[in-house]
Amino acid sequence: MAVAWEPIRMIEALRRVRREAATYRGLWSWIATVDHKRIGIMYGVAAFAFFLAGGIEALLIRLQLARPGGDVVSPEVYNQLFTMHGTTMIFLVVMPLASAFFNLVVPLQIGARDVAFPRLNAFSFWVFLVGALFLHSSILAGGAPNAGWFGYAPLTELPYNPGHGIDFWALGLQIVGISSMASAFNFIVTILNLRAPGMTLFRMPVFTWMTLVTSFLIILAMPVIAVALFQLEFDRLFGANFFNPTKGGTPLLWQHLFWIFGHPEVYILILPAMGIVSEVLPTFSQKPLFGYPFVIFSGIAIAFMSFGVWAHHMYTTGLGPVANSAFGVGTILIAVPTGVKIFNWLATLWGGNVSLRTPLLFAVGFVAMFVIGGLTGVTHSMVPSDYQQQDTYYVVAHFHQVLFGGALFALFAGVYYWFPKFSGRLLDEKLGQLHFWLMLIGFNLTFQPMMILGMLGMPRRIYTYPEGMGWDQWNLLATSGAFVIALSVLVFMVNVVRSLRRAERAGADPWDGRTLEWSIPSPPPPYNFARIPVVRARDDFWHRKYMEDAQGRPVPVVAGGSGEVESGAPEEEIHMPSPSFFPLITAIGFPIIATGFVFAEYAVVAAGAVVLLYGLYGWALEPATE
Amino acid sequence: MADHAHAAGVHLETATGLDNRKLLMWVFLASEALFFGSLIATYLLYRGQSQTGPYPSDVFDIPFTSVSSFILLMSSTTMALAVGSAHRGHLHQMRTWLLVTALLGMSFLAGQAFEFTEFYNKGLTLSVNLFGSTFYVLTGFHGAHVSVGVLILASLWAMAMRGKLGKANAIYVELAGLYWHFVDIVWIVIFTLVYLLEPL
Repeated sequence: MAVAWEPIRMIEALRRVRREAATYRGLWSWIATVDHKRIGIMYGVAAFAFFLAGGIEALLIRLQLARPGGDVVSPEVYNQLFTMHGTTMIFLVVMPLASAFFNLVVPLQIGARDVAFPRLNAFSFWVFLVGALFLHSSILAGGAPNAGWFGYAPLTELPYNPGHGIDFWALGLQIVGISSMASAFNFIVTILNLRAPGMTLFRMPVFTWMTLVTSFLIILAMPVIAVALFQLEFDRLFGANFFNPTKGGTPLLWQHLFWIFGHPEVYILILPAMGIVSEVLPTFSQKPLFGYPFVIFSGIAIAFMSFGVWAHHMYTTGLGPVANSAFGVGTILIAVPTGVKIFNWLATLWGGNVSLRTPLLFAVGFVAMFVIGGLTGVTHSMVPSDYQQQDTYYVVAHFHQVLFGGALFALFAGVYYWFPKFSGRLLDEKLGQLHFWLMLIGFNLTFQPMMILGMLGMPRRIYTYPEGMGWDQWNLLATSGAFVIALSVLVFMVNVVRSLRRAERAGADPWDGRTLEWSIPSPPPPYNFARIPVVRARDDFWHRKYMEDAQGRPVPVVAGGSGEVESGAPEEEIHMPSPSFFPLITAIGFPIIATGFVFAEYAVVAAGAVVLLYGLYGWALEPATE
Repeated sequence: MADHAHAAGVHLETATGLDNRKLLMWVFLASEALFFGSLIATYLLYRGQSQTGPYPSDVFDIPFTSVSSFILLMSSTTMALAVGSAHRGHLHQMRTWLLVTALLGMSFLAGQAFEFTEFYNKGLTLSVNLFGSTFYVLTGFHGAHVSVGVLILASLWAMAMRGKLGKANAIYVELAGLYWHFVDIVWIVIFTLVYLLEPL
């Protein structure tokens, strides 16, 4: 077995550093950490760095399109820019930002001390990071991928796309996919198995519920794109014929497989956002979420239906009227559970004791922008209408309305909401409000003109356009809006840096929260809960703090009740899982293997496989707790 | 695989009563079902679409593949015996059945290697037609899964020989069993759809 030929001295050195890392200080303690809170913070920081990269790509795209006949970048670079922008924002920003919140919040919300598999969790993060870096390293290897984020075959096939960019794209997504799946397995088990006593499924906070639903979507959708990407790489590297029309292969196979993954993916991006909003709205309205079971069952219904609507991305490929109508009806039906959620959120605010703090602003902004995004989506479900909109800027406007106006606004709501819990400091309220309004105005300035551009017939993915099409002023407006968004992001960064340096200390419960994460100190101790809580109701922490009077209004319970934030050392010694280097070592194997395949250097593949196996066996044979 | 789930204060019973590791394996297998489902769907989509030979009827040797399929199915029996003896603490039997299962898996893989070589010699390459592409990638990924299974079984056997696998951690044998049975079931589907139903 592998352990037999491991150099003993190296193992001992690793053990020593591992023990030092357990003291929660220094760089090594981050690299070897298996603490879900630290992993969550690393996810958040990495995703934000990629958000800046993807944002700069977006600014370059908008500069190029600001005027007709633009020559800021070449057509070749333009193709790489929109491909990397889309791929980055979806796979390296919104998904890992959601993962950051899964990691930070879910164990606290269910009253657990960590996730079910702490080392698998660290592995998920490291695989995400090395996969994202591998994808970006294509820039050094002769050009980034350039076939769009959905990489339609046969444009991605070797004869039409001879560089290495597509290989980096396909294998990079494959690696990032491993990360998402590992994380999803972990959170399914964590949520089902690690709930505190009394935390029944229908007492779980909605964010935790949406994490569970999203995780199931990930484990069922990701394998399909994994197969599509493998088929693409077999075509490119070994001359297979999956998408090769000259041997009878059909590019439609790629489209089917991609969108069977791709439409559930849309809900993988939006359901966590909906979960965050379902936490923020009740807290800042001082009311329980209206229609809690409806919100949850709507989320489940959306997840089920998302697997049956993929072909609405393919109306114009000639599937025929029966298929188009069936998928059209299915798509319209998804609007029902989505609408149920919207009305429940509005009813949560209705009659509440609303305090307009930054998290609530972003959450309300989400609801408003998402309604526009959802309704433009309904217009796409109508087949004849979609024929007109296919591949125009109307589509671009629609999905930014959902993924930026929707997902990203909600994720920022989450940042402002949970930042005090994990940093121990409040973000500045004035800067936060400035950030929100700038972002809302910039967002609408950027994307509403694109709706009009689309209806005026401007196709997406063109690197420039001639004068006199009636598109000039709308494009200029969109570009100016993009820079307002950039300014708002700068305000956010200033806010974070200032707050970390010298903001007021946030107490354990700065928002008068409802769920268990607010019942422990900020930042939480490594073991989270000194005593595992016993849950007696939905919004348990709220009920520890408030009773209801005869009119149903909340009345604080007498001071000294069980609503006090727990403090002090745990009564008994808590054995936390030990830090480990093997998740990182295992993760590093993947990009080495992928690099070997891209350049057909099979010795490198073998070396990567050795690293991978060394990591896996070291992991399996290392005790989880020392 | 052998992730110890003593995570974070879960010396408590789990909320569902199901072991963390077993639940992990079940959701992993659910995911794998979609993986093989996509590969099989691709095979069926391109079935009969090859523009040039060799065609399936030119290369398939049903009696040979039936024998190797039978070997793989029998390995599920020996796997079940290994799990049973692990739970009862019959360590000697457990070691034997683990080894037999791994050897049967290796026999199946040897059969697949022989079959691939034969087909290749008859002109069926990955790039000659759609049948070659879809057949090799589908059965190749299945073979890769069997190989991983053999590696796991061999590792468990090695652990058992050093006395590090007993009744207390019989769960690992059970997890390997779940995986092994799943890979066998996938082969039943592949053998039926790809080989047996080919004349239809």
